[in-house]
Amino acid sequence: MITVTLVAVLVCMALLVARAISGTSVFERVLAINSFGTKTVLLIALHGFLTGRPDFLDLALVYALMNFVGTIAVLRFTSYGQLVAFGSRRTDGTEPMPPARPTGDATG
Amino acid sequence: MTELLELVGGVLLGAGAVVVVFGGVLILRMPTFYSRVHAASVNETLAPLLILLGLACFADGRFDVLVRLGLILMFLLLTSPMSSHALAKAAYRGGLPTGQYREQQRREREGRGHSEPSEEPDA
Repeated sequence: MITVTLVAVLVCMALLVARAISGTSVFERVLAINSFGTKTVLLIALHGFLTGRPDFLDLALVYALMNFVGTIAVLRFTSYGQLVAFGSRRTDGTEPMPPARPTGDATG
Repeated sequence: MTELLELVGGVLLGAGAVVVVFGGVLILRMPTFYSRVHAASVNETLAPLLILLGLACFADGRFDVLVRLGLILMFLLLTSPMSSHALAKAAYRGGLPTGQYREQQRREREGRGHSEPSEEPDA
């Protein structure tokens, strides 16, 4: 049953790669890559149990941490234009987060 | 006892496999971006829960393995909704329009939804 679940996770990862390639905006690609990272964690854990070496769970834990930090970093970069914003007020007087626009150009 | 535990683990892993495949199909095929965020959020919390609990049944009661599985499960259950929320918020503040599906349904209800106005005959 571990093998079946491993194949299912691989199928899901293939579908997510298709979503990331055919995505129309940066947010869709981030969505697909975030889900891909979660599936990677599951894949590593399943592979460790399949080969009888559960020590791979340490790698899965590190992948989970990296996936979360990477997603938040990309989203901060697309929202704020910079990775680190000290405090809520910028030095150039602009708002830390741009107001919502009804129709946007968030493609690419 | 061990056979019962492996049976329960097999059932949990099978359910996790079904959830994972359906989640992938839904992320690929849902009509709008925000519905895809919803599908991914549900998938990312339910699939690790089922699969890691199923793997814990195969751990033979080893304490270190169980602790690591619990750590991974706790971290994923904490961070996956946060990632989905941050993604939807960033997309909304970044100008990705909502209500696309409703608009599409309205256009289809009014007939010939995707026709351009320039296609009208002159006479």
